[in-house]
Amino acid sequence: MSNYVESLGQLWGPLLVLGQIGLFTLVLLLSIAFLLLLDRKIWAGVMMRKGPNVVGPFGLLQSFADFGKFLLKEIVIPAGANKFVFLFAPILTCTLAFTAWAAIPVAPGTISGSTWVISNLNVGVLYLFAISSLGVYGIIMGGWASNSKYPFLGALRSAAQMVSYEVSIGLVIITVILQCGSMNLADIVNNQEGGFWNWHVLSFQNFPLVVVMLPMFVIFFVSALAETNRPPFDLPEAESELVAGYQVEYGSTPYLLFMLGEYLNIVLMCAMMTILFFGGWHGPIALGEDFVRDHPFMTSFAGLFWFMFKILFFFFLFAMVKAIVPRYRYDQLMRLGWKIFLPTALFAVLVVGGYVAYMGVQS
Amino acid sequence: MALIAFYLMATVTLVSALMVIMARNPVHSVLWLILAFFSSAGLLVLIGAEFLAMLLVVVYVGAVAVLFLFVVMMLDVDFVELKDGTLRYWPFAMLVGIVFAAEIVLASVLGVHARPDAFDAAPGADTNAEAIGQVMYTQYLLLFQMAGIVLLIAMIGAIVLTLRHRPHVKRQNIAKQTSRRRSDAYELKDPKPGQGI
Repeated sequence: MSNYVESLGQLWGPLLVLGQIGLFTLVLLLSIAFLLLLDRKIWAGVMMRKGPNVVGPFGLLQSFADFGKFLLKEIVIPAGANKFVFLFAPILTCTLAFTAWAAIPVAPGTISGSTWVISNLNVGVLYLFAISSLGVYGIIMGGWASNSKYPFLGALRSAAQMVSYEVSIGLVIITVILQCGSMNLADIVNNQEGGFWNWHVLSFQNFPLVVVMLPMFVIFFVSALAETNRPPFDLPEAESELVAGYQVEYGSTPYLLFMLGEYLNIVLMCAMMTILFFGGWHGPIALGEDFVRDHPFMTSFAGLFWFMFKILFFFFLFAMVKAIVPRYRYDQLMRLGWKIFLPTALFAVLVVGGYVAYMGVQS
Repeated sequence: MALIAFYLMATVTLVSALMVIMARNPVHSVLWLILAFFSSAGLLVLIGAEFLAMLLVVVYVGAVAVLFLFVVMMLDVDFVELKDGTLRYWPFAMLVGIVFAAEIVLASVLGVHARPDAFDAAPGADTNAEAIGQVMYTQYLLLFQMAGIVLLIAMIGAIVLTLRHRPHVKRQNIAKQTSRRRSDAYELKDPKPGQGI
């Protein structure tokens, strides 16, 4: 795609990129609106309630009604709060959550070998990792600037939690990178081409590694729950202990930005699981070569469909976990991260590294 | 285009570095420091060292600065007292400043041939990460491992400094907790009316 952009020249190239970013943002925002509703509906379904069902048919427009309500409310800044940091924290959270999506490849391009992605970075995985490690700042800044005890405690908890689970996420990502020999997200997806048995979660190319990669996926999923502060690891906002954690003093638009950032991060984690372990845009059965050659657009849209379908599936898992798993105690959370996930993931890195170096088929 | 980006990021880096020492509130100082790290990562991207840039963000911004911020936020600093003391250190600060300035001048005078536009971020490889990986585990293996040992010693030192054995602390045995069964926890009694248990 970047060659194509450069061929358009100094003016139209950047404008096209701007258009891409705008379109991507619009699609993301609309998806988030409906995913939020889906989350609430699943949660309600598990509890045998109906969930939001008043605004629009089946409550479909509920998120838009909420959006309007948040926008029209007054922004209350608590006395003694650090005004600039207080307002900057939600903006940072939301901006970072959007920024991370720049590197996510969503579908194969119509020209062979290209990708539908805003920026095809060589260090795509590291970029996502770096951006998600910045996410903790929004929470710490928000908690500190509120000048209140519960938000501050919530922020400290959250920061400790996110820093702890980042370590095991990083090690799990390394096991995937070792199999691909590349940090480019498009390369990682293309490494899983051919059928569901080639996805990294099963990794047929390096067959014995399935024993390692399946647990690695589980570790990644649980760490993703902790990283995004979702139940059962939502200790930063544990309502029975901390009221609402770092968000206590937030209302109206700043709260909306926090929530938007949180949901964008959840969907981003779903996208990362899809890309790293479940073949990205590749369907469970490969399309025929003739079909790919004759119908490039159909191939792209099939890729987009599979990518979105998988993200939706993982989002469903996230929502189900929220509905059925009780909250962890804080010391259990820290123990799980440092004493179980970290050694396991470290050992897995050794195993995968050794396998790839001495016996593996590296592409 | 790259030149505009360079001047923008360089300015942001310098201004935020200045604000680190100018800001009155130590938490603001750390936040400016984070911005300085971030924009220097941007400068690294501009010369093509993407891998180093991302590592800078992951390690310094994502981990080190978080710990800084933790410590600074929880300190109860008296700003007036802090300000009083700083003036005494100006000769030392001057010395450090002069040494740094001299180093920069020396480097720019002696190293004129090392022009930034002739900089190769990935010598002998496709990407920056590969180039670093090829030399780090071969040519510089000993230094790399020594750095690791230094960090390990620092970590052990920190643990030794803070570890205290307190005899009367209640600890939770997780294995014992999770292996607890329903039958250990309670039993059902069926007392008849008029009788105790």
